[in-house]
Amino acid sequence: MRLLKMVPDDTNIHFLKWRLPFFIVSALLIAASWALVLTQGFNFGVDFAGGVEIQATFTQSKQAPVAELRKEVRSLGFGDPVIQRFGADNQVSIRMSLPKNIKGDDAADKMADQVVNSLRAKFPDFHRDYKGSVSGKVSSELFSKGLYSLLFAMIAISIYIWVRFEWQFGVGALLALFHDVSLTLGMFALTQMEFDLNIVAAILTIIGYSLNDTIVVYDRIRENLKKYRKMPLPELLDLSVNETLARTVMTSATMLIALIPLLLFGPPSLFGLTAAITLGIFVGTYSSIYMAAPLLVWFGVTSHSFVPTETAAERQDRIARGEA
Amino acid sequence: MLDFPTWKKAWLWFLVAIAALAAVPSLVSIAGVGWPAHLPDPEVNLGLDLAGGSHILLEADPNQVATQRIDSMAESVRNAMREASPRIQIGDISTRGGQLSFMVANPVDLDRARELLLPLVNGTGMTREWSLSVVDETRFVLKPTQAALDKAVSDAMDTAVEVVRKRIDALGTREPTIIREGDTRIVVQVPGLQDPTQLKKLLGQTAKLEFKLVDTTALPSDIAKGIAPPGDEIVPFVEGAQGQGSAIAVKRLGGIRGDNLTNAQAGVNPQTNENIVNIQFNQQGGKRFADLTTQNVNKPFAIILDGKVLSAPNINEPILGGSAQISGSFTAESANSLAIALRSGALPVDLKVIEERTVGATLGADSIHRGLVAMGIGTGLVLLFMVATYGRFGVYADCALVLNALMILGIMAIMNTTLTLPGIAGFVLTIGAAVDANVLINERIREERKRGRRVMQAVEFGYKEASRAIYDANITNVIAALLLFLFGQGPVKGFAVVLVIGVITSMFTAVTITRMWVAGWLRKTRPSDLRI
Repeated sequence: MRLLKMVPDDTNIHFLKWRLPFFIVSALLIAASWALVLTQGFNFGVDFAGGVEIQATFTQSKQAPVAELRKEVRSLGFGDPVIQRFGADNQVSIRMSLPKNIKGDDAADKMADQVVNSLRAKFPDFHRDYKGSVSGKVSSELFSKGLYSLLFAMIAISIYIWVRFEWQFGVGALLALFHDVSLTLGMFALTQMEFDLNIVAAILTIIGYSLNDTIVVYDRIRENLKKYRKMPLPELLDLSVNETLARTVMTSATMLIALIPLLLFGPPSLFGLTAAITLGIFVGTYSSIYMAAPLLVWFGVTSHSFVPTETAAERQDRIARGEA
Repeated sequence: MLDFPTWKKAWLWFLVAIAALAAVPSLVSIAGVGWPAHLPDPEVNLGLDLAGGSHILLEADPNQVATQRIDSMAESVRNAMREASPRIQIGDISTRGGQLSFMVANPVDLDRARELLLPLVNGTGMTREWSLSVVDETRFVLKPTQAALDKAVSDAMDTAVEVVRKRIDALGTREPTIIREGDTRIVVQVPGLQDPTQLKKLLGQTAKLEFKLVDTTALPSDIAKGIAPPGDEIVPFVEGAQGQGSAIAVKRLGGIRGDNLTNAQAGVNPQTNENIVNIQFNQQGGKRFADLTTQNVNKPFAIILDGKVLSAPNINEPILGGSAQISGSFTAESANSLAIALRSGALPVDLKVIEERTVGATLGADSIHRGLVAMGIGTGLVLLFMVATYGRFGVYADCALVLNALMILGIMAIMNTTLTLPGIAGFVLTIGAAVDANVLINERIREERKRGRRVMQAVEFGYKEASRAIYDANITNVIAALLLFLFGQGPVKGFAVVLVIGVITSMFTAVTITRMWVAGWLRKTRPSDLRI
């Protein structure tokens, strides 16, 4: 049996030739993402918006009575609920934000109990699977914690890359991360999928994992910079990206293979998290080839960027070979 | 590089065996079989989102503690001035704005009043609990110091945690977790609890019980307007109380508190068939209650719970035995709830539910089932993919992957961490990512072979050169996961835990363990070519 090869040997794609158009596309995508985020906003879940979320199964019905449900919940005077199918046909998720005119830190909790009680009374086969109530106080804390964790993670990781490589690589990694995070956020603003704590976890995961590919490419660039000191940079970057292409594709493939069954068959509450990570893997793979590597050209990385790491013996070798 | 002395191999296997063995009880319990009780049982806890149960976050208002302190200081000051001889007349007492202020009627008494105040404002030891100042020459202003307030809040929260624990235990729920969080919060987690309504009601009840004399001379029109006669306060009736209007005037002083109880039980009054709560005072409380009832026969007194009048019965005869009955339109459930609350003592502060998450048992079980199925399919596909791509080296990676999964579970069990629903996603992600190290190593071996290196050297280079990128990549993953752990909340923390443990174990299994296997195979067969 022949072994599988995702990327044929001696692949030589001139990625860097198209760096400017692709960079413009990336920049436009980032801009579009932020425009979406700013104009559409997110569909925040109760974690970040505060309010009530109820998941329920109508045990005796084939289909959840969404219209009656909406009417009943609306009649309680807390405003319009967001009602979505969640899992099977007879399962729904009901989400409500806290009306502005209701005060008190325990208002969300009281509201949740009231909604559940009235639905129980109205629909005999109503079975509550989940009830969550988050007060405005808690949700704003969760929101700022989530935001801080994302910012700190991006900065901490960039500093690590900067220490391990050179500043150009650190900035390149940071921009690649910014690209990945922006596009993921843009996706959530576009699809209006629920944005909750799980999504912050997903984005942090993307920040951690999208860099894996970038690091593999950077590691090879560093190696080649020391090896081929006279090669023009775009050529060297192309060589490095091509040499590591099989790895980039394979590592992303294994992640996708593991995640896609979770996306298809996993519990509905994990759908958002899995979808975000899956998207992040695509975006991250793209950005490690078209953001992280080409940026080094513009930042002017040269073989001299690593000269301090050259040992005396290496230097003698180099001089002996007659290189500058 | 490819040298593995026997001691090193033994040590590696020992580590793997320990971690993998620790995973066994969890695996057995996931499979639904009981684990023998006499064996050690390091098991992964299932989070509430998987096991079902209720998570409740309670918060106290620290201002309430301050208000209580100021009110009780006002009471002490009144008593001290009244008991002074000759009595010091004070007036215009204000407890607003976080401070207590009052005027001394006769400026001559100022120094005497100060003498009386000093022992009240100094706390135990050398600490000043109140700042004392005089303004406009006749007005004393007492303000609690921040340190004293902080300590009072902290003490109140400690007591509150104890009271909450007693009340939850009284409900008979199993293994509740009750943790103080931050300065003013308490987290309550009760696995398996499907409907926390009763629990929340119980925790929402402060259970401050007071007996105060009714002022029968107060005009109903004044009460209706909320004007209290001097020395009185107006207290509203609890909702659903019978007769007597909506509020009542009671005497501020001369009542007793119901916090000296030794027991409280719900019961039924055999004559009226009414739900009641029987309370038993301790010796001190019993004596005070006896004095109160002896001195006020044929007068009504109000039974006040959390600032609302439950009932205002007549004292027909002195009650000397130290036990009493509380009636007040109870249902059987609310009588029981009050009995529990009184037995466990009053909460020093009101607690509000600011977050609740309750997961039904069926939803949790469904999540586990779906999660395991998805994880099974994903793992199977990754295993196949690795073998198809790297042949023998793929098999090594696969074996390492299985060991890795066992080790994660085992370490989670030893560390007694909690597996949550996002944790399952973390597991799946780790499975996809753990083999990445093998991908990097194997691709490098392929590359080195293509460059014409001999088998041994290619493998050695493969491991050595790939390690750098593997470490760098994994460290960035750990940084992200640690930040998630630090800032994350609830089940998301479980995701971070799995990621961190998974990254560390995967470095061990995917790099070190596979190298041991590959080295063993190379040494035994000395192949001249590799299929990779």
